[in-house]
Amino acid sequence: MFGYEFYVDPSRCIGCQSCLNACAECETHRGTPMIHVDFLDRHNSIATVPFVCMHCDDPTCAKVCPADAIKKTEDGVVQSSLKPRCIACSNCVLACPFGIPKMMTELEQMMKCDMCYDRTSEGKRPMCATVCPSQALAYVPRGQIEQTRREKPTNVFFFGKQRVTTKVFMMVPPQTTDVSIDVVDYMWETNHESV
Amino acid sequence: MNLFKQVRKEPLWQDEFSIHASDERYVSRRQFTKFLVLTSFGMFVGNVWILMRSLLSRTSVLPEQKICSSSQVPVGGVWLFRYPTEKDPCILIRPDDQTYVAYSQKCTHLSCAVYYAREKNRLECPCHEGYFSVRNGDVLQGPPPRPLPRVMLERRGDNLFAVGMAVGKET
Repeated sequence: MFGYEFYVDPSRCIGCQSCLNACAECETHRGTPMIHVDFLDRHNSIATVPFVCMHCDDPTCAKVCPADAIKKTEDGVVQSSLKPRCIACSNCVLACPFGIPKMMTELEQMMKCDMCYDRTSEGKRPMCATVCPSQALAYVPRGQIEQTRREKPTNVFFFGKQRVTTKVFMMVPPQTTDVSIDVVDYMWETNHESV
Repeated sequence: MNLFKQVRKEPLWQDEFSIHASDERYVSRRQFTKFLVLTSFGMFVGNVWILMRSLLSRTSVLPEQKICSSSQVPVGGVWLFRYPTEKDPCILIRPDDQTYVAYSQKCTHLSCAVYYAREKNRLECPCHEGYFSVRNGDVLQGPPPRPLPRVMLERRGDNLFAVGMAVGKET
């Protein structure tokens, strides 16, 4: 499906977990969803945010892999670790700025969202995007997202000094151009200096 | 897959262990040339080694060894012995009064033991019915690819000595 891109809009997520269950039905990893649906601040809010793999242009997970197990295909999709190579060291789990890779300890292998490669490579939409009732996860052409959404898509992220550009777009308020996160600000120690 | 790989400014190890799936199977012209040169060199060295080995092994001399006294073998009888080592069974045949011949007992096909068939006057291998001539060890019929290696005999007084082996050519 030429021109189709993946868009994640956290403001639309209603926390229904349809994407989790749709993902878990996949035959390649049945019973284990590769999507994260996280509560942002569970103490004060019911807001949730879905996270699929952002498929970085220069994937940190693949760069830190000591076993050469994570590969990026020509169409920009970062694949799950190759089973014969993965040594289950969790380097990628720790390194990914988005916290996407999951260590399957019972399989001794890292698995992550591969944008339903079996489906998207055949021109079908990813499972989560087909079931999301509020289209917080959307797999549509660029023109369609610009017509139907107030928010603006961006794929530039800053994690401290690390600049990350991704294949998957994040919907952000119209006046912003990138998502900048100072990681240190979110660390527990910074907010509890008196301890 | 890219037809021409872009020259990257990354360290060599990052180029060798690329994160791109398409680079896994990419063989650069330089890598291919290296492979060709190294394999050809390996082949050349192997050939030289085989040549040297065959040149050097020709000089080997087999020991002389007493087999038996000539009167111990009756006419039409055989005498089994081992030559040149304990692992090489041989057979000495006396087809007529004045003739003594000896061959390796291992069939040249699959190393079964050959025996002397007196009434047919030939050496027979029972495994696949390979027959050998008593006169010179040539293959008369059957699957053996070469004649039986012949033990060179020498008569010293009453005793028979083995003094060497003559290997027949492949037919």
